[in-house]
Amino acid sequence: MEEIYAKFVSQKISKTRWRPVPPGSLQTTETFATGSWDNEENYVSLWSIGDFGNLDSDGGFEGDHQLLCDIRHHGDVMDLQFFDQERIVAASSTGCVTVFLHHPNNQTLSVTQQWTAARHHTGPGSPSCSSAPCTGIACSNPEIVTVGEDGRINLFRADHKEAIRTIDNADSSTLHAVTFLRTPEILTVNSIGQLKIWDFRQQGNEPSQILSLTGDRVPLHCVDRHPNQQHVVATGGQDGMLSIWDVRQGTMPVSLLKAHEAEMWEVHFHPSNPDHLFTCSEDGSLWHWDASTDVPEKSSLFYQGGRNSTFLSHSISNQANVHQSLISSWLITDPTKDRIEITSLLPNRTLSVNSLDVLGPCLVCGTDAEAIYVTRQLFS
Amino acid sequence: MEELDSEPTVTLIPGVNSQKKQMCFDWGPGEMLVCETSFNKKEKSDMVPGCPFIHIIRKNEDVYSQILRKLFNESHGIFVGLQRLEEELTGKSRKTQLVRVSKNYRSVIRACLEEMHQLAIAGKDPAIGRQFSIQVSSLSAMELIWNLCEILFIEVAPAGPLLLHLLDWVQLHVCEVDSLSADVLGSENPSKHERFWNLPGNTQTLTELELKWQHWHEECERHLQDGTFASSPHLESLCKVMLGDEAALLEQKGLLSTWYHFLVTRLLYSHPTVKPTDLHFYAQSSLDLFLGGESSPEPLDNILMAAFEFDIHQVIKECSIALSNWWFVAHLTDLLDHCKLLQSHNLYFGSNMREFLLLEYASGLFAHHSLWQLGVDYFDHCPELGRVSLELHIERIPLSTEQKALKVLRVCEQRQMTEQVRSICKILAMKAVRNNRLGSALSWSIRAKDAAFATLVSDRFLRDYCERGCFSDLDLIDNLGPAMMLSDRLTFLGKYREFHRLYGEKRFVDAASLLLSLMTSQIAPRSFWMTLLTDALPLLEQKQVIFSAEQTYELMRCLEDLTSERPVRGEPDAQQLQDDDVETTKVEMLRLALARNLARSIIKEGSLEGS
Repeated sequence: MEEIYAKFVSQKISKTRWRPVPPGSLQTTETFATGSWDNEENYVSLWSIGDFGNLDSDGGFEGDHQLLCDIRHHGDVMDLQFFDQERIVAASSTGCVTVFLHHPNNQTLSVTQQWTAARHHTGPGSPSCSSAPCTGIACSNPEIVTVGEDGRINLFRADHKEAIRTIDNADSSTLHAVTFLRTPEILTVNSIGQLKIWDFRQQGNEPSQILSLTGDRVPLHCVDRHPNQQHVVATGGQDGMLSIWDVRQGTMPVSLLKAHEAEMWEVHFHPSNPDHLFTCSEDGSLWHWDASTDVPEKSSLFYQGGRNSTFLSHSISNQANVHQSLISSWLITDPTKDRIEITSLLPNRTLSVNSLDVLGPCLVCGTDAEAIYVTRQLFS
Repeated sequence: MEELDSEPTVTLIPGVNSQKKQMCFDWGPGEMLVCETSFNKKEKSDMVPGCPFIHIIRKNEDVYSQILRKLFNESHGIFVGLQRLEEELTGKSRKTQLVRVSKNYRSVIRACLEEMHQLAIAGKDPAIGRQFSIQVSSLSAMELIWNLCEILFIEVAPAGPLLLHLLDWVQLHVCEVDSLSADVLGSENPSKHERFWNLPGNTQTLTELELKWQHWHEECERHLQDGTFASSPHLESLCKVMLGDEAALLEQKGLLSTWYHFLVTRLLYSHPTVKPTDLHFYAQSSLDLFLGGESSPEPLDNILMAAFEFDIHQVIKECSIALSNWWFVAHLTDLLDHCKLLQSHNLYFGSNMREFLLLEYASGLFAHHSLWQLGVDYFDHCPELGRVSLELHIERIPLSTEQKALKVLRVCEQRQMTEQVRSICKILAMKAVRNNRLGSALSWSIRAKDAAFATLVSDRFLRDYCERGCFSDLDLIDNLGPAMMLSDRLTFLGKYREFHRLYGEKRFVDAASLLLSLMTSQIAPRSFWMTLLTDALPLLEQKQVIFSAEQTYELMRCLEDLTSERPVRGEPDAQQLQDDDVETTKVEMLRLALARNLARSIIKEGSLEGS
């Protein structure tokens, strides 16, 4: 893992996402989108990474990512997803969900759709409908699912003016993140440490399954599904703990890994190398978890390699009978066979790393120190 | 640098009739608050409609603030790294580290300077271009001063290398401003003195260098006297310049853009082995000669003079007055403090200068809607008043989303500011309760370990249950986990729900004993006892005997406790009479059911099994 480029961009970055490459294409991704927060005027921006070797002689412009275009965004950008090659969906702290369209010929972004009144609080004390921030988006063309601080789940379809389906009062606490499990099923995490699975084929307003942490009900902030095995899910919590779950088995996590010292904001499985997991946190670090078992010289419990590897304690809850037909390295419960290597990717401690994304050999992350870090050689 | 001889701009406050009414104002860290008072300007009180608004006035910095933000963020990283520099490094290695930090700061300033310069020349609007240019010259002056301070105070260059550093300094700054003129004069110097100084070596002692220079100087003089250059006046004046002849140098004033350029050139040719302590003599005379009585020294000149005189306090003081923000003096003073150059200069409220400047800078950052996160680290490194300032500021950050609140809370928790954690969580929990997000409210009170608020939330749940007859948010109550122990009321809520669940699963005996324990262990609030006893009714009416005799006695005791407490009311009205009726009926029913159950249980316990 070499050569990570930093660039200061004068706005605190809340989300970074790579633009997906067209299926079957051999190119690596070249564009990413960012959303800012905590500014009086927030922006959704598109950046391009050019060729290497463009380093300026002057120390200021180290990064080689350049701004392509940007557009004003009302409220903080709470979540950002690429809907398809050209469209980006953004969730706002005003409760509004916006779809932006990128025009590659003149490099501009424009708003194509907006759902404004989707998110609000209702209650005896709140005046008519006070808006509630929308906290998470999941996209699966043509559907968009959003969740927010009002505990409501909305299902939209692109080009439909109203929500297709709304699950009111899905949760009495804040829903922090959502992801698709299989197409009609979604999984949400909330601030009382629960995972809930919802099936849109069912009519009711009840989740089809609830899983929760043992012990303290620590809020869960992020969730990601294993790209190939749809029952394996990773979540990150407020205490920096990484949990791996098997949603077919029981209601408790398969493994709990003490990771960061503060909230874990995002967790991502690498889409093509799912033995690699990435997490970023409020404590200013970004970790690469490598659970690949094909390298014989890795020793079992001690972590080495990388510049700032750390030794972690590994605690496993009592999960018997993990069905072994398709073993994911993440579901291994035997500590003596454990081979997770952890590397810290950022050169020095910074303010909170709010977001990261990985695609192919490229990684991008954004921080509260108003910097964007990009590397194109993740596995070198 | 800010000039004070231009007319201050007038800003009109919309809505305020400045002819008729007086305004009052108050300064903040970066802004000013203005509002209308009820004092009239004229004596007669005209009934003029007042303006009800308070206006916030801020200098329009939008133009270059984007680039300055990069300066703030990058220098924050350098600042934090400097504080973490270990104390154990002493002597030379520490000095090298400090010089490196200083160079880092300067490179950040230069980067911003470059970017702003690009924008200044690329922009189409001349007014904006002018603003950029002003800022460019301000940053350029900052870098100039910083560089000089680095040479004199941090690098502490001794005689010999001192002049080399000063040469670099001048070249760096003069060349960028006026490259053409510098080429003419500057190109002459390097060739001459490189040959002369033999740069890579530096093994020569000062005396050796002095001797060599003396030799060379005498040779030059001899050439002049012999009239070698008599044919060409240009070459002759060049020779005079190389001899350090002040008059000759002054003739080239046009090419020497500033007095410090003049100073360094002069030193190069007349006193190359100048000692740092002697610098200020030459500086003062150079300044006087260069200005020649035509103009008075500008603020920048005074600052540089103070630096040549090694008066650090004066440098900082003058910079504070001349520059418009605290960034420069705060970081420079902090760096000089790390070089152990500042004696504790007691200001009237006791803290030292470095801390005062850092506090001012950090307060300014907190006034910014976004840069407050940087301010936290600055407060952390102010030992006396930092923590208390942080406590005051952090509570006043507006929290628009939960995510921002979480970040603020993390800052407080990392510093053990439990009071602030509690107050912020309470605000968020209240907001959640008002929006009917009881689960969120509960999770905030768990985070703050606020038992009182947890009780409030539980009471809300119980009230909802009484009104609606069923629980809302079962997902929360069923899954409280260890958080249940936070408050008695919360424990009661959890257990009560468990009772309902047991009843639903038809595990009547367990449900019954749970119900009883809820009352006898006193965790059920008195107001709820009636409901609990009413819940016991169906259990009492079951075909099989569920409550044992002992338990029935207990229930009866509870009922008597409850009814004996009824206060005697005065004049009962119709509604109260009706309520009383309902109450009395309930109590009678309970008494009957309890008596019947008692009878059955005594019989059951008294008889032998199977008979």
